[in-house]
Amino acid sequence: MADVVLEGVTKRFGATAAVSKLSLSIANGELVVLLGPTGAGKTTTLRLIAGLERADEGSIRIGNRDVTRTEPAGRDVTFVFQQYSLYPHLSVYDNLAFPLRSPQRRVPEGEIKRRITEIATMLRIAHKLQNRATQLSGGEMQRVAIGRALVRRPAIYLMDEPLSSLDAKLRSDLRLELKHIQQDLGATILYVTHDQIEAMTLASRIGVMHQGELVQVGSPREIYQRPANLYVASRLGQPAINLLPAGLIPAGAAPAGAVTVGARTEHFRIEKAANGRANGKVDWIEHLGDQNHLHVSVGDRKMTTLVDPGTELVAGDGLALALVDPLYFDRAGNRIAGGTA
Amino acid sequence: MAEIRVENVQKSFGAFTAVKGSTFTIEDGEFFVMLGPSGCGKTTTLRMIAGLELPTAGRILLGGEDVTFNRAAARDIAFVFQLFALYPHMNVRANIGFPLKCQGMPRGEIRKAVEEAARLLRIDHLLDRSVSGLAGGDRQRVALGRAIVRRPKAFLMDEPLGTLDTEFRDLMVRELRELHNRIRATTVYVTHDQLEAMAMADKIAVMNHGVIEQFGRPQEIYDRPATMFVADFLGSPPMNFLTFHGAVRRGDTSVRVNGAEVPVPELREDRGEGDLALGIRPEHVFFDDASKLRGSVFGSEYLGTTQIVAVETAHGPIKARLPADRVIRSGETVGLTFRSERLSLFDKGSGRALASALQEGARHG
Repeated sequence: MADVVLEGVTKRFGATAAVSKLSLSIANGELVVLLGPTGAGKTTTLRLIAGLERADEGSIRIGNRDVTRTEPAGRDVTFVFQQYSLYPHLSVYDNLAFPLRSPQRRVPEGEIKRRITEIATMLRIAHKLQNRATQLSGGEMQRVAIGRALVRRPAIYLMDEPLSSLDAKLRSDLRLELKHIQQDLGATILYVTHDQIEAMTLASRIGVMHQGELVQVGSPREIYQRPANLYVASRLGQPAINLLPAGLIPAGAAPAGAVTVGARTEHFRIEKAANGRANGKVDWIEHLGDQNHLHVSVGDRKMTTLVDPGTELVAGDGLALALVDPLYFDRAGNRIAGGTA
Repeated sequence: MAEIRVENVQKSFGAFTAVKGSTFTIEDGEFFVMLGPSGCGKTTTLRMIAGLELPTAGRILLGGEDVTFNRAAARDIAFVFQLFALYPHMNVRANIGFPLKCQGMPRGEIRKAVEEAARLLRIDHLLDRSVSGLAGGDRQRVALGRAIVRRPKAFLMDEPLGTLDTEFRDLMVRELRELHNRIRATTVYVTHDQLEAMAMADKIAVMNHGVIEQFGRPQEIYDRPATMFVADFLGSPPMNFLTFHGAVRRGDTSVRVNGAEVPVPELREDRGEGDLALGIRPEHVFFDDASKLRGSVFGSEYLGTTQIVAVETAHGPIKARLPADRVIRSGETVGLTFRSERLSLFDKGSGRALASALQEGARHG
C-alpha cells in the first residue's frame, strides 16, 4: 500500500478534455470515491492511474515513484471492473489464486492458500471455494471478482462501479462488507460511482467530478454540509436540495451577496398554519414507505422535504415555513460561509 | 380508457409455469405496478395483457370485453419498452405522429394530436428538432409521446427507466407520475425497483415465483406485509428479521426473544411451538441502554439527513435508521427497542404473517 498522487493531470480525446488539470492525493489506507454523472471523467481518471491511458499533461506518482510513463504491469495496481469476468472453467479457488500464480509473482502455494482462505472468509464465499465459477449467483460472482483483486496487495485498488450490476439489496450488503474489509486490510482504494449513496457510505473522502474537473474533495459530511457550490450541493441529498431565491422563506439574516438559498430537510421548520400566518401550502405527500416526501409550494416555487410517516398534514393545508441555518450561494453559484459553516 | 381484469390467468412454457393463476382488477385510470425480482412472472403477465403471449388458461378483459385471444394490434393499448427506439431519420414531430399516420388519420388531426401530446410532456419546443441531437431524457419523452398520442385504452410499460442513471431515473419517475395525474390513463408498469413502485403506484402487486404474494396500496403493503418475501422486497434497507423459537397464543401482546420481552401488536391467532420471525422496519428501531436485547455496532452509513446503523445481535443483524447527528462507533454495544405497534410477526417456515392487531389498522384506517 502506498500514497498515490496526481498532479495537474490532463487527458484529451480529440478536442474534448476528458480530464482536465486534476490534482488529487490519496493517502495510504484511504478509500476515496470519485462521484459524478456519466461522462464526468471518473473512469478516465482510473484508467490513467492504471496506465490504460497515457496522460497528456501532469504526473502520477505511486508511493513516491513517478509512473506517468510506466506500463500498466509495472504500476502495482489492480482493477475491478463493473462487469465481472471470471474464468468459467476454473473453480472459485483457482479463480482467486490466478493472479497470485502469475509467473512474475511466484507466490508459494501455502501462502496462496492462506490468503484465499482469509479473503474468502471476509467475503463470505469460503463455502463456495470448490464450486465452478459458473455455479454461482450474480452476487457471489461479483464477490469472487472483488476477491480476486483483494488477494493481491497492490499499492492501490482501482474499482470502477463494481456494484452497479447488482440488485439494490445485494449492493447495500456488499457496500457495508467492502467498507469493513477495506478497514481490516488497510487497503488504499480509488472507487468510481455515479451513485451518491455509495459515495456517502463508502468514502473516507469524496471527490466530486464535473466535466473533467475535480470540483471539491472532502469527507462525506464536509461535502454534504459545506458544498463548494451549487453543483456539489445538488449532487448530494435525497430528496435533492431545494434551491430558492434568497428571502423567499424567512431564515434569519442572510450573508452579504447571497442570491440563492439551499434548503434541505434538516433546515426546514414547518408548522401547520391558518391563512393569516401561512406562507406556503402542501401540494401532496408522496408515501415512499420508510420516508415520506412533502411537496410544498411557496408562491409559484415548489420544494420537497422529508416528513414523518405519521404526519397529520394533508394536501391543501396551509403551512408556516422557516429555515434554520440553510446554505447560501452567491451570484456565481459559490457557497458563502455563514450559518452552518 | 378502461378497466383491466385478469382472471385465473396461467402461463406455462413447457414444464415451467411462469404465472400460476393470477386474478386481479386494475381500475379505470389507475397506475398499477407489478413488482418483483427477475423471473417472477411480471413481464410474462404484462405480455399476456398486451397480447404478445397467449395464456395457457384464464381470461383477460379490457373494458369489459374478453380480449384473451385477440391479437395485440386489436387491443387498443400502447406498449413502452425498456429500450426506446426512435426513427433517427425523422424529426420529433414525425416520430410522435407516426402511429397516427399508420392509422391513416388526416394530417390536420395528426398535427393537433401531436401538439397536444408534446404539450403534456413539455417538449412542444422540440417538435421540429431532429431526434438524433436530443439528450437522453428528451428522447425518452419523445418515446412516451409516441405512446400517448394514440390515446389508447391502456399503457403497458416494461421497465421503461431500467437503463437510466439513478438521478435521471428519479426525475423521470416524478414526470411519469405527473403525466399520469394529467391524463389518468390506465397504466400497467413492470419493475424490480421498489422505490419506483412506491413513488408511482396507486396499487402494487408483489410477485414471486409466478404468484402474487400481495396486492394493495403501496403504504399498506409496506406497513402490513403479508409475507416475509414482501417485507424483504420493500424498503431500503428492507425489513429486519429477528428469528427465534417459541409459541404464541391469541391475545398475547409480547414475545420472548432470548429472554428479552418484546411488546408486539395483540395477536389474533394461536401458533404452536416453532420458528418465528419478528419483522422490524429500520425506522422503528431505537437505541436504549436499558433494553435487554443487545447487540454490537457493525458499521454505520452516513446519508446526510439520516444514517443507517448496522447492529449484530444473537438473532441476526438489525439495521436502524437514525438521525445523522447521533455519533455511533463501530464495536460499541447498544440496547435495542422497537416501535411496538408497528411490528410484524411471521411463521418462519411458510413466511406468512400471523394475524394481529396490526392488520386491523388497515381496515380502520
